[in-house]
Amino acid sequence: MHDLMPITALGGTEARIDAFDHVTITENDGLALASVAARIGHEKPCHATLKKLLGAVPGPGKAILHDPEAGFWMGPDQWMIGAPRATHELLADQLTTLFGETASVTEQSGAWVCFDVTGPAMQDLCERLCAVPIRRMVAGDAQRTMIHQLGCFVIRRQDADHIRILGPRASAGSLHHALITAAHSTA
Amino acid sequence: MIIDHPLLGPRDSAEFTYMGDARLIDRPDPDAGTAAQDFYEYGYLRDNPAGWHDELWFHEAGDRSWLVITRNTLTHEISKVQLARDVARSRGRSK
Amino acid sequence: MTQSNRIGRAQVDFTKTLKFSFDGKSYAGHPGDTLASALLANGVRLMGRSFKYHRPRGPLSAGSEEPNALVELRSGARQEPNTRATTAELFDGLFAKSQNRLGSLKFDLLSINDRFANFLTAGFYYKTFMWPAAFWEKLYEPIIRKAAGLGSLSLKDDPDVYDKGFLHCDLLIIGAGPAGLSAALTAGRAGADVILADEDFRMGGRLNSETFAIGDASGADWAATAVAELASLPNVRLMKRTTVIGAFDHGIYGAVERVSDHMHTPDAGKPRQVLWRIYTKHTVLAAGAIERPIAFENNDRPGIMLASALRTYANRFAVAADRRVAIFTNNDDGHRTAADLHARGVKIAAVVDVRPNAPSSMDYEVLHGQVVDTKGRLGLTFAEVKLADGSMRTLDCGALGLSGGWNPNVHLTCHQRGRPTWNADLAAFVPGADLPAGMTVAGAAQGDLSTAGALSGGAKAARQALGLKGRMATLSEAEDAPVNITPFWYVEGCSRAWLDQQNDVTVKDVKLSHQEGFRSVEHLKRYTTLGMATDQGKTSNMGGLAIMAELAGKTIPEVGTTIFRPPYTPTAIGVFAGRHREQEFHPKRLTPSHKWAEEQGAVFVEVGNWLRAQWFPLPGETTWRASVDREVLATRKSVGVCDVTTLGKVDVQGTDAAAFLNKIYCNGFAKLAVGKTRYGLMLREDGIAMDDGTAARLAEDHFVVTTTTANALPVYRHMEFVRQCLCPDMDVQLISTTEAWAQYAVAGPNSRKLLEKIVDQDISNDAFPFMACTNITICGGLRARLFRISFSGELAYEIAVPTAYGDALMRKIIEVGAEFDVTPYGTEALGVMRIEKGHAAGNELNGTTTAQNLGMGRMISKLKDSIGKTLSQREGLNADGDLRQVGIKPVDPGDPVPAGAHLMNADGPIDAAHDQGYVTSACYSPNLGHAIALGFLKNGSERLGERMQLVSPLTKVHVDVEITSAHFIDPEGERLRA
Repeated sequence: MHDLMPITALGGTEARIDAFDHVTITENDGLALASVAARIGHEKPCHATLKKLLGAVPGPGKAILHDPEAGFWMGPDQWMIGAPRATHELLADQLTTLFGETASVTEQSGAWVCFDVTGPAMQDLCERLCAVPIRRMVAGDAQRTMIHQLGCFVIRRQDADHIRILGPRASAGSLHHALITAAHSTA
Repeated sequence: MIIDHPLLGPRDSAEFTYMGDARLIDRPDPDAGTAAQDFYEYGYLRDNPAGWHDELWFHEAGDRSWLVITRNTLTHEISKVQLARDVARSRGRSK
Repeated sequence: MTQSNRIGRAQVDFTKTLKFSFDGKSYAGHPGDTLASALLANGVRLMGRSFKYHRPRGPLSAGSEEPNALVELRSGARQEPNTRATTAELFDGLFAKSQNRLGSLKFDLLSINDRFANFLTAGFYYKTFMWPAAFWEKLYEPIIRKAAGLGSLSLKDDPDVYDKGFLHCDLLIIGAGPAGLSAALTAGRAGADVILADEDFRMGGRLNSETFAIGDASGADWAATAVAELASLPNVRLMKRTTVIGAFDHGIYGAVERVSDHMHTPDAGKPRQVLWRIYTKHTVLAAGAIERPIAFENNDRPGIMLASALRTYANRFAVAADRRVAIFTNNDDGHRTAADLHARGVKIAAVVDVRPNAPSSMDYEVLHGQVVDTKGRLGLTFAEVKLADGSMRTLDCGALGLSGGWNPNVHLTCHQRGRPTWNADLAAFVPGADLPAGMTVAGAAQGDLSTAGALSGGAKAARQALGLKGRMATLSEAEDAPVNITPFWYVEGCSRAWLDQQNDVTVKDVKLSHQEGFRSVEHLKRYTTLGMATDQGKTSNMGGLAIMAELAGKTIPEVGTTIFRPPYTPTAIGVFAGRHREQEFHPKRLTPSHKWAEEQGAVFVEVGNWLRAQWFPLPGETTWRASVDREVLATRKSVGVCDVTTLGKVDVQGTDAAAFLNKIYCNGFAKLAVGKTRYGLMLREDGIAMDDGTAARLAEDHFVVTTTTANALPVYRHMEFVRQCLCPDMDVQLISTTEAWAQYAVAGPNSRKLLEKIVDQDISNDAFPFMACTNITICGGLRARLFRISFSGELAYEIAVPTAYGDALMRKIIEVGAEFDVTPYGTEALGVMRIEKGHAAGNELNGTTTAQNLGMGRMISKLKDSIGKTLSQREGLNADGDLRQVGIKPVDPGDPVPAGAHLMNADGPIDAAHDQGYVTSACYSPNLGHAIALGFLKNGSERLGERMQLVSPLTKVHVDVEITSAHFIDPEGERLRA
C-alpha cells in the first residue's frame, strides 16, 4: 500500500459540513466516478450492461439511484457512474472490465467535487443558484446547469429536500462559497 | 431565448455557444479537383440572412451536443431543433 | 411639525410612528407611507429642483412614473441618488436629501438658469457652448458637469450585496391590481403554477387608491381578501416589491425584487435586491394605466399633480396635498378626484373642465374653461383660469389635480419590437397585435379602464392562457363607468409649459425642434431629450407626440411612439452584477498543489480562471527576477518541479480514435505506437494554427490529448464539432479529464533519479525512452501516468495521479527530491525555459500564424486529410519571404529585446512600410546572461546571423539585435534523450 494521503476537494483532510437552521451543505468526499460512453455499433450490449449494473438505463436528464452504484445521463450515449470510494476506488478499472469493448470508460473521480444540500430551504437555495426548475424536479432527475458560471450536475435525490451537486473540482472553493452565500441569502 | 433541445426539452440559450451557419457541416471533399475553391467558399462565403437560418449551437453547459437550430434572425422564433449528428448523417457524412 | 395634512383613515398604520429626516429636518410618518406621502402629510410640497432650470418641484405622481420628486436616499456609502420619493417606502430612521441644488432647496443658486432659459432651449448643448473651442474643456464642461445631472454619487463601494435567482411558472401575472388579482385567483384556483409580481409594497393596484366597492367590500378590502386567498395556495407565489423590468425572448422575464429597500439596512448576509430570471409559458400583463397631465404655462409648480395621485394620497395614505384643491380635466375621471377629496373634507376650489358638457356637482363649482397659468414661488398658490366666455378667474388653491386621460401601460408589450395601436375612444395607445409570445394583456393595460372590465378581463386572460374550460366563476359587482374624454394636450399659446418635467422639456422646445427639422419622433426625443430621463417619459411622451402631430399635420398614430426598451424603471447596476464582483467576479480554479504552494509563499497569477504559481520567492530574494533566475538555473542544473495540471486534457477513446486524431491534427497519428507520445499541431479550417499539444497513446484505442491552458474549452468544442458534425460515424468518444488528474512536470538532469524513488516500475532510458508514456503505479501502488515529454528542453517527465492525491504527490516529490535540491518553479521560469528552448506558445500561436510561419510547415501531412490542410496550401500563405519564427538576441548583452517591438533592416528606414517582423516572446535568460526573444521575421530562416534594428517608437526602444536560431539551448536535443 502506498502512503499518499488524499485531501478533499476543499483541501481538508475531512469532508466539510456547514449546518444552518434551514439547510445543511455537506462536502461528499466518498464518491468514485467514471464515465461510460457506448462505442458505435455496441449500443445494445452497452445498454444491457448498464441495465444489469443499475437496474435500468438512465435516459436524458435522468439518474438511477441504485445501491451501491448509481448513474446518470451526461449526453447522448454517455453516462456517469458513481459508487462509494471506500469500496470502489478502482471503479474505472472495474467498469472497463465489465463493459469490455462495448464502451469507453474514463476515470472521473478526481474531476468533481460533490456537495449534498439538504433541508427545508433546499429549493429556495437552489433558486438562487441555477436555472433548473427545482420545484418541478422529482427524485431521479439529473440536470446539467450553470452555478456561479460553473458547469454542474444537479441531481434530485430520493428525499424531497435533498439535492446533490457535482461541480468542477478545481473550483470547489468557489462553488462552496456560492452555496454558503445562497444559504445566508435564504436564511 | 429558449432552445427546445431534442433530448432535454426547453433550455436557456445561455447554456449554448453559437457558431453560425449550419452549412459548416457540409465540409467539401478534400480530394475533389475543385477542393481549393470549394474550401474557400466553405470557409468564407457563408450566408448571414435576415430571416430564417439554420445555425449551429453547442450545448456547452449541457450535454455537449451540437444542434442545428432553424431560427428567424429577425424575430428569434425557432421552428426546428435537431441533433447535428443526425443532420450530418442525413446529409451523407460518415467517417 | 405635525402631520397637518392627514385626512381621516386609510391603509396606513397610525398605531406606529416612524421618524425620518429630509434635508436635515425631522418628521414623523407611519408604516404604509411612502416618503412622498409622509412629506405631503407634513405639509412639504417642495421636494427637488429640476434638471436644467433648477425650478422648484414637488411630486407629480404617487407611483413609479414619478419625474420630479427625486431624492438622495440614505447616507454614506448607501446614498442612492434619483430615488423616487413616491415609491420609497418609509422606515424608521429614513434619511433623505433633496438633490440638484446649489445651496438650500429653497434658495437654489442655480435657479438663475431659469432666467437664462432662452439660452438653454432644445439642443442648447449643440449651439451655446461651441465657441471659442478652448473654452470647452476649461470652462464650459466643468461648469456643466457641476450643474447638470440629478443626484450625486457617494463614490464609495456599494456595501450591499445583490442576488440573482431563477423561477419557473405556468403563468406570470404582472401587476396585482383588479385585473392581476382576478387572473391570479382564476389560475391559482385551477392549480396552475402562478407568479404574481407587483412593484408596490402593497398589492391591490388602483383598488387601494379608489373608493369603489366590489360586491359588498371596499376595493381595498376585496384586494386584501384576494391576496390572503392567493397566499394560502401552495402553487401561487406572491412577489410584492417586485418590478418586472423586461420581457425577453420566449417567455423569459427579468424582475427585480427589492428585498431590503424598505429597511434601514439589510439583514446580515441578505441581499438588498434580487434579480430574478423568470421562465414562464404564459404571461398576463396587468400593469394598469398611468394618468397623463395637461400642459399649460407654469404647470410645474409644487402642488400641481396628477388628479389620480391626489386621489391616491387621499384614499390610500389619508393625505391631502393641500386643504384647497382645484382640478383641471378633460374627462370624467377628473371629477372622481374632486368627489373623493370633497368627501374627505378637502375644499374644492373648482373643477375646470375643457368640455362644454362636463358633469355638474352639488358640492363644488364646475367651470368650463382652461387653466392658463399659475402662481407661487416655491409652491402653487393660485391658478389662473380662462373661462369659455373669455373671462378670467383666479382660483386660490395649494394643489391642482390634472387629468388628461389615461395611458395604458403598454411598455412590456413592446419589448419584442411590438408596436402599440391607437384607440381613439380612449385617446391613447393600447397594446398592438404583435405581443411577446405567450403574453395576454388585461385590465387598464389593455384599455379596459373600469373595475368591472379589469376583473373580467383578468379572469378571461388567465382562462385563455391556461386553456381552462368550463363556466367562468361569477364576478362581484363593480364600477363599470364608460370612458368619456375629449382629447386635450396643451393650452393654446403656452410656451414655458412643461411636458417632460424631469428633463425640463417644454412645449416651446418641441415646437423649436420641429422648426429646426427634427421631424421623426426618435429625432425629437434625442434633440430635446424628451422622455430620456430616468422616468423614460411615462407622463410626458404622449404630450410631445400630440404636439408634434399637430405641427406636422399628422395624426398621433402616424407620428408613432419611440421604442420602449427594458428596464421598465431605473434599476441599480449592482443587481445586474449580482454576486459576481470583486473576488467573486468569476470562479477560481485552484491547482492540486495550490495549498502546498500557498504554504511556500508562492506568488500566483491568474491564467483564465486558474491561479497558477508564478514564482516561489525565497527569503532574501527582493525581486521576481531573482526568484525566476534561481528556479531556471536550478532546474537546468539538477531538477525542478512545476504544476502543469492546467493544460487541457481530453480522453479520446474508440476504435477510430487514431483516425480522429489524424483529422484534427495536421501531422500524422495513425502510426504512433502504443506507449508513445507525439507533438501535434491543430489548424483551423482556414489553415491558421489553432492550438498545439501532445497526444499520448495509452492503448490501440485510447489517447490522452493535451491542449494549451487557454484553449482547453474551445479545442474541446472543436473536437466535438468534428466528431458530431463532420465524422458522425467515427467510433470515438471524448471526455475532458483536465481536472481528473494532478499533473506535474519534473524536469532537469536529475529528474529520472528523483522519479525512480517513487515510481514502482523501471524508467531507465532503455525501458522508458524520450516520448514514452505508460500507466504506472507509484509509492507502492497508487495508479499514475507517466509521460516522458519536455517543455523545458531538459530530460523531463510529466507524472499524473488522481487529483485527490496531487497534494500528497507534490509533498512526496519535494521530500524525496531534497537530496537533489529539487526546486519548485512557476509559470515565469516555465516561460523562460520554453523561450530558451524555442518552443512556441500562445504568443506565437496567436490566431494569425500558420504552420509555415512557425517553421512547422513540413509537419502538415500530405498523406491524409486534416482540418485546415487544404486552405493551408493557399498561395498567399506560402509566399516567398513569409514570416518565420526566429530567435533574437541583443548585440550589446545589456540591452533588452522587449516583446511587441518590431524588426527593421539594419540600414533601412524605420517605418511601417519597411517592417520586417516583430517580437512575440521575450525574457532574460539566466543561462546565457542576456535577454533573448522569439519573434517572426520575413524570410527569417534565411537570415540567421543578420544584424537588425529592433524598435518600438511608442516606448522609445531602439536596440541593435542579431537574428539567431530559436533554439538557444541544446539545439540538437541531446538533453531530452539523455
